[in-house]
Parts: sequence; structure tokens; C-alpha cells
Amino acid sequence: MINLIGNYSLIFALIISLGTMFFSFKNFKYNNILDFNLIVLVFLQFILIFCSFCTLLLAFINSDFSNLAVYNNSHTTKPLFYKISGSWGNHEGSLLLWLLVLSLFSLIFLIQSKKLSVSFRSLSIFFQQIIIVGFILFIFYTSNPFQLIIPTPNEGLGLNPILQDPALAIHPPILYLGYVGSSIIFSSSLAALVCKYTTNQWARDIKKWTLISWIFLTIGIMLGSIWAYYELGWGGFWFWDPVENVSLMPWFCLTALLHCSSVLEKRSSLQSWTIILALCTFMLSMSGTFLVRSGILNSIHTFANDPERGIFILIFLSCLILLSLIIYFKYNNFEKSNKSFFVSKETAIVINNWFMMYFLAVVLIGTIYPIFLEVITKEKISVGPPYFNQLIIPLLIPFLFIMSIGTKLDWIKNKEINVRYKKIVLLILSVLISYLIAKHLNTKILYSTVLISAALYLLFISILDLKNDKLKWSQKTSHLAFSILIISIILNSIFSEEQSVNLKAGEEKKLSKYTIRFEKISKSQIENYTSLKAEIWVSQNNNELIFYPELRLYKVPETITSEADIKTNLFNDNLVVVNYLKDTDYLNIRYQKKPFMLLIWISALMLAVGGILGLRKKY
Amino acid sequence: MKIRLSFLFVLTLIVFILCVFFLSLFEEKSYVPEKTNNKIENFSIKDFYTDKSLNLKILFEDEKYIIINIWSSWCIPCRQEHKHISNLSSFNSSKIIGLNYKDKKNNAIKFLNELGNPYDTILSDKDGTKAIFLGAYGVPETFVIDSDLNIIKKYIGPINSEIVNEIRNLLNDY
Repeated sequence: MINLIGNYSLIFALIISLGTMFFSFKNFKYNNILDFNLIVLVFLQFILIFCSFCTLLLAFINSDFSNLAVYNNSHTTKPLFYKISGSWGNHEGSLLLWLLVLSLFSLIFLIQSKKLSVSFRSLSIFFQQIIIVGFILFIFYTSNPFQLIIPTPNEGLGLNPILQDPALAIHPPILYLGYVGSSIIFSSSLAALVCKYTTNQWARDIKKWTLISWIFLTIGIMLGSIWAYYELGWGGFWFWDPVENVSLMPWFCLTALLHCSSVLEKRSSLQSWTIILALCTFMLSMSGTFLVRSGILNSIHTFANDPERGIFILIFLSCLILLSLIIYFKYNNFEKSNKSFFVSKETAIVINNWFMMYFLAVVLIGTIYPIFLEVITKEKISVGPPYFNQLIIPLLIPFLFIMSIGTKLDWIKNKEINVRYKKIVLLILSVLISYLIAKHLNTKILYSTVLISAALYLLFISILDLKNDKLKWSQKTSHLAFSILIISIILNSIFSEEQSVNLKAGEEKKLSKYTIRFEKISKSQIENYTSLKAEIWVSQNNNELIFYPELRLYKVPETITSEADIKTNLFNDNLVVVNYLKDTDYLNIRYQKKPFMLLIWISALMLAVGGILGLRKKY
Repeated sequence: MKIRLSFLFVLTLIVFILCVFFLSLFEEKSYVPEKTNNKIENFSIKDFYTDKSLNLKILFEDEKYIIINIWSSWCIPCRQEHKHISNLSSFNSSKIIGLNYKDKKNNAIKFLNELGNPYDTILSDKDGTKAIFLGAYGVPETFVIDSDLNIIKKYIGPINSEIVNEIRNLLNDY
């Protein structure tokens, strides 16, 4: 019964979509006042989709195994929290969530954009409805969350235990908010193109949405990597895994858009480029969905290998790309923008955009190159961190330097290029500190010195900028956060240490720096898994740390997960992960020292806070 | 004219990328099973009908390979793959062993009466502890094991006609 309600709400939402498209197009053509029907219809659509999502949620909470999605992904012994998060932890449910957010954002956009012209608003809604129709059809044809199984099984198959983690429970919805926010940017820039509405007012409006999706995307990516760090126990937070890259690409695009839309807002130039970025952001989000959902990429996120789904998204994606290409090339005739002097804020922002595009290109190629190679030559490769590190890190150096200079330039033309002696002192100071740090490493002194000093210099300048009243707080916060983030990442990768030994309970091993002792192991039964807790002593220079890493044996589905025990303080993370060695009494024990992990999370959060500050009303 | 040219360029590029994506959808992407620890222990297990204790090695008799299929009457995909298992048993000389996983005996017998019994021997794993020895994740799963108890091939999820062919070729090759 409840399944039917969900299913029919979706069908009605689809019908309403068609109605909305009709009304919005009529409104765009003939009316000067926004048709009230439009708001009512969009609202109704949201309510219907919300209803449908709620029924799925209820099915998961009640463990209604007559529903195929519930049966495949839930189990009666699962804690309530994960039953709820299970509803979007699977392919079908996550699409429904995407649709829900999509319709919510359309509604908010329609209500929020009162100041803008009516034809522009109705046309944006028109494009938005195209996306919504596409998603509803996708759900119906290939991934209906309300499929029934007869007879009703007594027990479900269970949610993959590595997905049972608080960070991961909220990671997909947050990331989706980011992705879906970019759909508004997409539709509204298409509408702006057609209506010739690429004005300052539009830029201000688009910037709000850019910020919103950027904030959610930032937090979403951060949560994903927190999950990778704490739950997967791989001892790292970023692996250049294709699925991680897929979420990073729209982020680069959005960051570029964020900066470039302020040029459009202040100086009415770079219209064409802003539009391209806006379109690309959503295209990248959609292609990301395609790559992840079609199972082309093999990764932990791959829900199922179903070519049918892939074909549908691909056709949908091609339609959207074609639509935006035609509209872009048809309506793209902007006046040549006013000249700007070489040393100016515009130039700095354009350079920022170049760098962003470069990083984007590196990640894009690294992600899709293996796919191309496989199709064309049948050779299977995977692109690993060395590729990304070698291509990105060297370019990071000029990027950081320009970022530290660029913020204080004036619009149009910088009057005086004043080199204060305070700044020179800071530069020398950062080079000196970096040299000392680099010397400690003994390898590649020059390279590390330059890299660290670029990051340090940016940090110093950002701190100094905090007192600068000309800059906005949002910018100051995010730039400072970014500099802390970069420097923590660099220092983290330089100073990480790792030791790995195989020990039996009661054994001890002396390593060059530490002594690792495997004291004992204890077994207990907790909710839906069996826990094996090891007690491990790590001592270094009379300093003893006791760790309790854990192995969790899940019954449904039969899986072992490894929980790291992490001791965190502001400057250092110490962690121990154990892994089960099959057919032996030995455990593989890995002890890792990861400096500045906490700072990485804090600064990523601060980056998002900077974005939130940018949302404050100042007009 | 200039705009036309750039339009065509972008269009061809995008069409090319989309074509590659399209082709890649049909590439073989199933996970290659992990190579480490392919050897399994010899464990004892009860026969489904007689409740007599057997051990895995005895099941081989003189065969070099056996196929173990984990199934359950409550498992929907098992129902789907049943015809492929029957297919496999009619073509193959190797023994097919069914491992009845966390099931009620009556339901399991009903299942076999309804769909037919493709297995040479059926083993009973009432509490799901024996499947762990095989490193199974759930039902259904299919293993090809040699007489030294090495797992040669492991299929997670229901098998289809392609996999049936693959197993047949595999066993003919050896």
C-alpha cells in the first residue's frame, strides 16, 4: 500500500512537471507578470516528491521487505539511524533524494528571485523542469525504488557495513545539495543567455547559488574524506580515487565561477566565460553521476553494474549538453568587454581561473584516461597518486604566490605597486622556516623549500589581511582557511610515518624508533556485529601510548571491517589499524603518525564557514 | 564563420567523449577476485538429507574440480539463477554441490520440489558458519574449487548464461 502511494506520487509529479513546462513557456512568451499557477505547481510537485520520499523512508524504518530496495539494503537488526540512512545509501533511494532536492531548490529559486525579470524566472523554471523530468523518467525506467517482491522475504540482505558510519550517512545528501545547487546555476545561465540578461544583477543572484552549492560541495567532500580516513583505515584522507575526483572536478569549476562571477558583478566583463563555467559545473556533476552510477568506474561507491542505467544517463546527458551547446552558440554575442590594465584584480582572478582550469584538466584526464584507453586499446590501467602529485604540486607554487598577491590589487588598474618592507620580511621569514623544515628531510631541498615557503607566505599574508578593512570577511576567512589547509596537507604528507608488523597476542617487536607490543585481544557481541578489540602498546622514548583498534565481523552481509583507533591532538594524529591475516593467529598491525590531521578538517570546515559568511545580506 | 568552426570543434569533441563513454558501458567490469589466500581449509559439514558429517575433501571422490553453489529458498536471486545451475549440471561432468545457507529444511525441500534438484550433493549450513570457510559474502555465490582446495573462480551474486559458458570452458581447459 505504502509503496503504491510513493509510486503514484512520482507519477503525479511527472504530470505536474509537464504542466509546469507548459505554463512557464507560455509565461516566458506572453506575460509580464509571473503566473501564480507556476508557483502552485512547483510547490505541489515538491510536496508530491517529498511524499514519495517519505514513503520510502517509512518502508526502510518499518523494514518492509516487500519493497525490493529495502530487501536489498536493510536488515531488521540494523540500528534505526542506519535504517534511515540506508534509504539513500542505495542507488534507487539516492536518486529519489536527488530528485527531492532538485524540486526543493526549484521552489526556493522561484520564491527567492522576486527581483529578477519574469521571463528570465519562467525560463529558468522551464529548464529546471527538463532536468526534473529526466530524473523522474530515469527513476521509473531503470531504478524504481518502489518495486515489489512477492512473496515477501522475512529478512533483508543488509547494508554494506563499511557504509554504516555517521559521516557517510550524511555525506551523500550534503554532496547532492552541492550537485543539485549547480543545476539552478545551469538553468538560470541558460535562461540568462536566451533573455540576454547577463547583467550585474544576474551575477549577484548566481553568486548566491554558486556559494550555496560550493559550501555543500566543500562539506560533502570533507565528510567523504573523513569517512575514508576513519572508517576505511587506509591511513589517508585523499586517494585520487576516481569517485573522489568526480566530486572534486565540479568543486574546481565552482571555485573558478565564484571568483569570476564577482568580476561580472563589479565590472560587467567576462560574461561569456562565466556562462561557460556555470554550464560546465552542472555538466561535470552530471557526468560524475554517470561515471559513478553506470559502474564504469570500479570503486567502493559503485552501486551496481547496469549498462541500461548507464545508457539512460548518457542519453540524458547528451541531450543536456547538446541543448546547452546550441543555446550557447546561438545566443553568444556579447560586446567586447572594457579594457583592463594588466596589473589589476581582474587579471588576478583570471589567473586564478586558469589555474583552476589546469587543475580541473589534470584531474579530468587522470579520471577518464583509463576509460578511453580501455575502450580503444583494451588495456586496463589505473592512474594513481604519483600522476596527480607530479602534475599538480609544481603548479601549486606559482598559484599560491599569486593568490597571496592578488587579493589586494584594485579593480581596473592598480594605482601603485607598493612593496612594503613588512611583506619582504615575511617572505624572507617564510623562506627561512621552509629551509629549516626542508633540511630536516634531506631530500629535494630546493623543491620543498620553495613549496613550503609559498604556502607559508600565503599563510602569513592571509593572517596579515585579517586586519585589512577593504576585504570582505568571507574572503579573508576562506583564504586563510585555504592557506592553512594547503600547509597542513603539505606538512602532513612530508612528516607522515608508518610502521607495519605482524604479531601474535603477547608478542613484542622493537623497531628503529618504536617498540610495538600486542598485549591481548578481547571479543564481545555488539548489536549487529561481533567485535574483536586488540590492545596494543606503542612506546617511544619512555612515552607509552595504548591503542584499542577493532575488527568488526558483520553477519549480514558477511564482512570484516577494521576500525582504527586514533589519538588526536591539534598537531598530531597517532593511529593503529589491525588487519586479520587469514589462516594464522597473527594480526597485521600498522602504526601511523599523521601530523596536522585535525587542522586539515578544521580548515576545510573554515573554508565552508567563509562561504557561509559570503551569504550574508549586504545589499 | 569563426563561431561555426568552434561550435563544430566542441561538438565533435563532446560526441567523441560520449561515444567512448557509450562503448565503455559494455566493457567487462566484474571484479577480479582477490588473488591472496585462495586456499581454503578442509572443513566438516553435514549432509542436507542424512545429517551425516562429511568433509570437503571426501566430496571430490575422483574428480579434480567441484562447483559449490551457495543458495537458500528465501533468496530471490537464487530462484533466478536456478535454471542456469540446472543448465550447468546437465552439461558438466564435474560435481555440483549445493550449500543450503541459513534455511529451514522444509522450505528448502519445497524449493527443490518446485524447481528441480540440480545438485549432486546438498550440504546444510543452518547457522551460516560454514560459508565463512569459503569466504562468502552472502547468497547466492558460486565457487569452482580444485582438489587441493584452491578456489579457482568465485562468482558473487547470481550466475547467468555467460558465466555458465565461462565455467564450462574453464573446466574443459584444465
